[in-house]
Amino acid sequence: MHELYNFVSGPLAWIAWAIFILGSAYRLVSMYSLAKKKDGSSLAYMSWPYGLRSVMRWLIPFGTMGWKSDPLMTISTFAFHICFIAVAVFLSAHAVVWNTAFGINLWSIPTQIGDIISFVVIAACSVFALRRLLLPHVRSVTRPKDWLALGLVTMPFLTGVMAYHQMGPSLLMTTLHILSGEMLLALLPFTRLSHALFVLFTRAYMGSEFGGVRHAEDW
Amino acid sequence: MSHIADRIISDPGLEAGVANLTSEKIEEVVNRVLKGETGAKLKAYHETCMRCGLCSQACHFFLSNNNDPSYSPVSKATDTVYELMEKKGRGIYPYRIYQMAQVAFTECNLCKRCAHYCPVGIDTAYIISIMRRICYLLDVVPLYIRDTAHSHASTLNQMWVKDDEWTDSLQWQEDEARDEFPNLRIPLAKEGADVYYSVIAPEPKFRTQLIYQAAAIMEVAGIDYTMPAHPGWDNSDMCMFIGDFENMGRLKKAHFESAQNLRVKRIVMGECGHALRSVHDMGNRWLGFRDTPIPVVHAVEFYWELLTQGKIKIPKKFQEPVTIQDPCNISRGMGLMDKLREVTHMLCENVVEMTPNRERNYCCCAGGGIINCGPPFKSVRIQGNSVKADQLAATGVQNIVCPCHNCHGGLEDIISHYDLGMHAKFLGDFIYELMEKPEAQ
Repeated sequence: MHELYNFVSGPLAWIAWAIFILGSAYRLVSMYSLAKKKDGSSLAYMSWPYGLRSVMRWLIPFGTMGWKSDPLMTISTFAFHICFIAVAVFLSAHAVVWNTAFGINLWSIPTQIGDIISFVVIAACSVFALRRLLLPHVRSVTRPKDWLALGLVTMPFLTGVMAYHQMGPSLLMTTLHILSGEMLLALLPFTRLSHALFVLFTRAYMGSEFGGVRHAEDW
Repeated sequence: MSHIADRIISDPGLEAGVANLTSEKIEEVVNRVLKGETGAKLKAYHETCMRCGLCSQACHFFLSNNNDPSYSPVSKATDTVYELMEKKGRGIYPYRIYQMAQVAFTECNLCKRCAHYCPVGIDTAYIISIMRRICYLLDVVPLYIRDTAHSHASTLNQMWVKDDEWTDSLQWQEDEARDEFPNLRIPLAKEGADVYYSVIAPEPKFRTQLIYQAAAIMEVAGIDYTMPAHPGWDNSDMCMFIGDFENMGRLKKAHFESAQNLRVKRIVMGECGHALRSVHDMGNRWLGFRDTPIPVVHAVEFYWELLTQGKIKIPKKFQEPVTIQDPCNISRGMGLMDKLREVTHMLCENVVEMTPNRERNYCCCAGGGIINCGPPFKSVRIQGNSVKADQLAATGVQNIVCPCHNCHGGLEDIISHYDLGMHAKFLGDFIYELMEKPEAQ
């Protein structure tokens, strides 16, 4: 068990981060170069003011037709993303990792708060799962890739909460937690989770077209 | 929930096209389009669509068909282009293309209302237009709109109007109008005018009174204008809607050059929606113009100028209450919702807005080429837009300001089917009826 833990928290972590960083860079660069080759007019219309305007509007809960149309989804989506990033980056336990591994010193959130918002994330993921199972218009377009994406983001939180609350063998849970985090990192650039890399661009593009060409609002 | 297979409509164009298909041909064309004509946009949309389903409530088809999931934008994209992408065009049997064609040509108006609902910013209309492109290159296109595109290709206009029929129609309306305005002329091919007035082909064909009205408005306002005497006069573009982009480019090139040859200062277009999209959004882009090589102004903006500059005076406004239809290509498509409202308020005393409105208004369900797919698909349009009927009925008025030919036809069909007792009118109708006519007899 200890060897596994050492491997997972040592070399495997470096591999996962490398795949994440290099993979993300590769996806961004290759997507951009594909756009230059094939979507020339779309690039030409990209606009900083209109793009940013759209990004900003869509960052406001209930600030758009889409967000207004499905309050449960809106609350779950905002709660999930905000809490996910808060825990993943700023949890005190993780701050220790950033410090020991990379020498970075970050502000951190108190562990108890981190615990509560981890449950918020799990609740949001449950909402996402239930929507996929129960709502016909979501179920009909759900494919295995969508379950994979949901699983990848849920597992670190489930295992993290279990490890923190000492459910199950402690070292095993922690190892699984690290492993599931590494899978999330490594697979993010290559799954639906790549929207983390691309959403700013797709949003800004829609904003640019609507604002600059169509002189209308895209929210 | 249903599937397109449950509601297949027989269409000779689709049937004939599919009869000539093989899986190999499909694979070749699909890959040629996906690799050759699409890029990061389509790839990003396919990958980052989180299948959240928020787009469903944007779409009048979804809402009007009892929230049937197969009508949601994400579903339409998934059952057409996404499926072809994932299978890399392989193993697609010909009849599947029939199904995809019926979805792409008749169950999406390309209205882009779903843009207001998708958090990621996915352009479903773009995705559907790629499906139409693939169908066009496979020659699987509904018969009526296919014929219209052939008309465009052969005559440079939408309605098989022959060269002399065009000028005959103009001179006929000029003759009629001179009964009312003795000095009225419709200048043909005059060089150096301020304005080149362009129309869509249905106007000389069966809405000639609109040409009369436009000539009357130009006369009263004292506009220095001309109309062309040769092909290139039609600003409409059904080729754009079937994925015949090469002819879309040809049409716009002919139109722009027709105006440039007459050395006019700008083109003013009649009240059409999709023509504006062809000019400012798609046709110009195909030709490599960021905007247009010569200024092009829509009738809504032109009337706004005439009214605010006092060139047209309205002694007494229209008294009965009216509501405003926001044609997708004019409001959501070109940002003219404010000017449309200002013009309407200058013409009408009592304006009741429908809800939602402006760029978030619902499509009429006739645009994007669907009404041009003809009678086989009329029921699809009407059943697919009961939300519009509800919207209209809720205003409680009888008159609709409707500055778009397709909306006009689409709304009249909805009004008649749902028995709403309402009537759609062009801005030109209102202005001609209400304007002060100094020289009129």
